Amino acid sequence: MRPFPYKSVLTLLLTGTLAMGTVHLAFADDDDDDDDDERGRERSGLFESRQTPAPVVNATYSQECGSCHMAYQPGLLPPQAWAQIMTPEALANHYGDDASLSEELRTEISTFLGADASDVSLQMVPSGAGNAGGASALPRITDSVDFKREHDEIPARLVTGNPEVGSFSQCNACHRKAAEGNYDERWIDIPGHGPWKD
Amino acid sequence: MKRHLTTVLPSILLGAGTLILPATLWAADPAAGAAGWTKEYPQADGSAPRSCVTCHGRDLTRPGRQANTGKVIEPMAPSVNPQRLTDPAKIEKWLTRNCRWTLGRECTADEKADFIAYIKTQ
Repeated sequence: MRPFPYKSVLTLLLTGTLAMGTVHLAFADDDDDDDDDERGRERSGLFESRQTPAPVVNATYSQECGSCHMAYQPGLLPPQAWAQIMTPEALANHYGDDASLSEELRTEISTFLGADASDVSLQMVPSGAGNAGGASALPRITDSVDFKREHDEIPARLVTGNPEVGSFSQCNACHRKAAEGNYDERWIDIPGHGPWKD
Repeated sequence: MKRHLTTVLPSILLGAGTLILPATLWAADPAAGAAGWTKEYPQADGSAPRSCVTCHGRDLTRPGRQANTGKVIEPMAPSVNPQRLTDPAKIEKWLTRNCRWTLGRECTADEKADFIAYIKTQ
């Protein structure tokens, strides 16, 4: 393990805002005080942004979505993106797969993902998603500005060319605590390569 | 056997008025389910042909692998995975999804019953 001198605490605080640029996005969901949403949003200041995306806490979401892929934290996409993804039509062609849900489950998961929320001011803005129909037009976490900024220096051979990873959408292949919402650099371990330092 | 029953029994059952049994009780055919499991369906979008094997594998006592995401799918065989076939809602959900994705259409009641009958024997 790498040494962890005291000064690295400060370093982490400073680099955190860069390295963890995406994590503030989950803040509305990271607040234990569920009935005080506004306070949660106000707390998402610069330094608190080091907090990690809220762990996935909805069992239905974990089961239904997590059975095929990592259950991405709600904060990784803005509510209107989740709303797009969670329409019955979009679920029937879910990035090339059929992820249809019963209306009951669809409603529960949509609510958990914040797809019915309207305040998007603190959320990540996707880019590159076209307006054309079809699965390719669905929002993608990997298309977001924040995601691209964090991953633009990673050689493709370590991800798409790495059979143990395969795709940038397999967060937990390299971010060993991604499922817990922890994308901290210290937990990066790229299969066949090892840690990654910016 | 099954095809014979499906043509003869309905008239008997319907003739008996309210005595209508669920199709799965007398129509399910593990052999047909086994054949359906490996049958490959060409895909309209040009992607590789798919079958149940694409994600679940041929040996139902072994784990499968989701073709798109690579996520491990627990074995389908109840003999090694007793959780399988215990939740009707789950069975219906996955048969709906996976038939659409693999066959390009929803499965008929007969086809679903055959798949379940086959999985049960594994």
